[in-house]
Amino acid sequence: MSGFFAVEHLELSFGGVHAIRDLSFSVEQGEVFAIIGPNGAGKTSVFNVITRVFDPSAGRVVFQGNDITAVARHQVVNHGIARTFQNIELFEGATVLQNLLLGRHRFPHGNILAQLCWLPNVRRAEEESRARVEDVIELLDLAPYRNALVAGLPYGVRKVVELARALATQPKLLLLDEPASGLNPEEARDLAFWIDDIKHDLGITVIMVEHDMSLVAEAADRVLCMNMGEAIATGSAAEVRAHPDVLAAYLGT
Amino acid sequence: MRFHYDTTYRDAQRLIRYRADWLAYGALFLLLLAAPWILPRYYVGEVSFIFIMCIASLGLMVLTGFTGQISFGHAAFLAIGAYAHVWFISHDVPFVISIIAASALSGAVGLMIGLPAIRVSGLHLAMVTLAFSIILEQVIGRWKSVTGGYTGVPVPSPSILGIDLGGLRPFYFLCLAILLIVFVALINLTRGSIGRALVGVRDSETAAHALGIWVGGTKVLAFVISASVTGVAGALMAHHVQHVTPEGFSLLLSLELVMMVVIGGLGSLRGAILGAIFISLLPTFISKLKPMLPAAVSGQFGLEIFVFGLVLALFILFEPMGLNGRWLKLKALFQSFPLYRRDTFRRGKTYMKSERYR
Ligand SMILES: Nc1ncnc2c1ncn2[C@@H]1O[C@H](COP(=O)(O)OP(=O)(O)OP(=O)(O)O)[C@@H](O)[C@H]1O
Ligand SMILES: [Mg+2]
Repeated sequence: MSGFFAVEHLELSFGGVHAIRDLSFSVEQGEVFAIIGPNGAGKTSVFNVITRVFDPSAGRVVFQGNDITAVARHQVVNHGIARTFQNIELFEGATVLQNLLLGRHRFPHGNILAQLCWLPNVRRAEEESRARVEDVIELLDLAPYRNALVAGLPYGVRKVVELARALATQPKLLLLDEPASGLNPEEARDLAFWIDDIKHDLGITVIMVEHDMSLVAEAADRVLCMNMGEAIATGSAAEVRAHPDVLAAYLGT
Repeated sequence: MRFHYDTTYRDAQRLIRYRADWLAYGALFLLLLAAPWILPRYYVGEVSFIFIMCIASLGLMVLTGFTGQISFGHAAFLAIGAYAHVWFISHDVPFVISIIAASALSGAVGLMIGLPAIRVSGLHLAMVTLAFSIILEQVIGRWKSVTGGYTGVPVPSPSILGIDLGGLRPFYFLCLAILLIVFVALINLTRGSIGRALVGVRDSETAAHALGIWVGGTKVLAFVISASVTGVAGALMAHHVQHVTPEGFSLLLSLELVMMVVIGGLGSLRGAILGAIFISLLPTFISKLKPMLPAAVSGQFGLEIFVFGLVLALFILFEPMGLNGRWLKLKALFQSFPLYRRDTFRRGKTYMKSERYR
């Protein structure tokens, strides 16, 4: 079982709490894959294991044929995996532009001496980064906020900035943790279009954790439902929604 | 009103973009060049000292303002820079090489002090730096063969290529030149990817990891840069005082440096300079004010410390963005007149502080 991306027999526990139990799934290139489940099901924990925030107690994560279960936490992005956070982790004291440029951190910008002297290679790298960031700003309509401090932005815009920052890393796989939570219906609709663009125009594979079933139904090719750390159903949105175990999990029986 | 018009991304990189700014900075530069002939002799030395404090304050700003790591022992790096430099030039090392070596040594010690920062932060880290400076003072006091112990060591006059720079005016220009070099280098650093990483580590370690920033390494790097720059200031300070003793690098000096960066405005190099000027001038200002105060007040012991504390408290309460924040507001007022709104700088509500995994 190894294609584009796969999680194999993953286990994660915090003391007595089993956040993930024997979880396996795989995602094909170009797919939008949604993970749903009631609160505390372990969805965010899956992302945290993939991005090396937590060490799994068993199992492995394979991306493009490489076992990335034990890479350094700051190396994950170099494999082409970017993520957003359920509770928005932006750099509050910096502008939108600086936040997005930080998304480009993994690309070379010259060594420290070159940066101190602002040598031509640094200048070129900064120009290149700026140009790539502007592409993302245009894609996500962030131009009005380019030079605004994040600390003063409304919630909906912050969500978009965080998505933009993840895109600025030029990922192959994008992990979105509840991208639509807290958005108004109009913003949620924009998001659905953007996810479509990200998939079709940028060719980025997406795994998203989402509670909004209308967005999941619209955007996701396949859906995995988790409960108590386990996978209980996989399939199309309609199939998963009709699955008896899923209904039981949401009704708490 | 003024808008940014950039036709290329290279335009956006220019440090000084508008003609008005060119004129303002040009005038300031000419004034600094003429100052040694305008000012009374005593003040020329004072201004040189302010330049030195600006360098030290810039050094601490990298650490505290950009990565958010607090140091209560930064005078220790001034001491290392000073003693190392004195030792080198007393052993016939040329001035320029000596100051670079002193800075490198200070940076190397900064590396060692920075290593605990990977694990501890905030108040605990502040305690580490405090303990370090206390221990260092003892070491300097005991290591008589190198430091001269508590009696101190005399400092040879600075000279480059046989030209003596110990006079008031030459030393003024030496300090000004080094300040400008340090300032421009740090501007470059903070606008590049390393500078962004420093801010990233300060604002969200979680996100920093996810974007490929090596968080531990970046924190230590901030210590190294900060200590190296402060070491340069220490070397110049040795020449300024002409006789270095351990008491010259007391805890009070460390606290003054912290006040400079806080009052100047955390996260801004301009703030570091404004803060250094303000705090360095405060004692002079207080002594000028003293005769005007009733004897019961002016005779009080510790008046100076009291005023320092009061100023710090007032800034934290009323202008948390420091002198730099004040500056930006005034500038915005003039540029957008008459459209300035009071709320331009009001911080938005902070939404949801996240649970931090660290
Ligand atoms: N850092 C942690 N320490 C201890 N327990 C944790 C930690 N993070 C998560 N958990 C526990 O692991 C379980 C799964 O949490 P997780 O955040 O993955 O759920 P989720 O599916 O994302 O829920 P939600 O929909 O509320 O975001 C929960 O029981 C939670 O309490
Ligand atoms: Mg979650």
